[in-house]
Amino acid sequence: MKLTVKFFARYREITGNDEVEIDVEDGSTVAGLIARLAEEYPGFPADPHMVAVNAEYIEGDAALNLGDEVAFFPPFSGG
Amino acid sequence: MFKITRDPLAAESIIAQVNKGGNGGICAFVGTVRDNAGGKEVLRLEYDAYPEMAEKKLAEITAEIKDKWGLDEVAIVHRIGKLEIGEAAVAIAVGAPHRKEAFEACQYAIDRIKEFVPIWKKEYFADGEVWVEQSH
Repeated sequence: MKLTVKFFARYREITGNDEVEIDVEDGSTVAGLIARLAEEYPGFPADPHMVAVNAEYIEGDAALNLGDEVAFFPPFSGG
Repeated sequence: MFKITRDPLAAESIIAQVNKGGNGGICAFVGTVRDNAGGKEVLRLEYDAYPEMAEKKLAEITAEIKDKWGLDEVAIVHRIGKLEIGEAAVAIAVGAPHRKEAFEACQYAIDRIKEFVPIWKKEYFADGEVWVEQSH
């Protein structure tokens, strides 16, 4: 199933992408996706600071569904 | 009112949005680009955001202010993109019947922005650049 994955700030520079489409197996979770990204992009953290699925923060692991938008955030510095 | 924008901020028009007859005061905070960080000269900043989600979080902050202080007149605008020294990065205005709630709610809004709104800044120095990953 296809997901949209978004990277911001330092994570965008590590991956060289602001957005990628990734095909994962049905039943995949956020933890599995992180492991795959860490493998694919050297320097991508095994424990990203924050993760949002469909623009909502998640804590710990979460199931993923077709078409989900998963975003990875380094620590914030707005203001 | 809450917005992420690439355009320069006009603090006066943001303040005007919360200027209602029932208010006895407006507290405004404008965050500007500082020319130094950690003892080094900063040449300019770049802000990045996840705009759809950041606007949602700004909406949550205005709802939290409504809950805590009963205030409806809150405007928050954060600019992204490249900013020069002295330019406004964020402008917040809170109108309230009395000054105490206006000051408190305005401070609350900027603290919450730093805490949980997906916005990042990069500092440009003469010898390089770095994404800031802690709030000051």
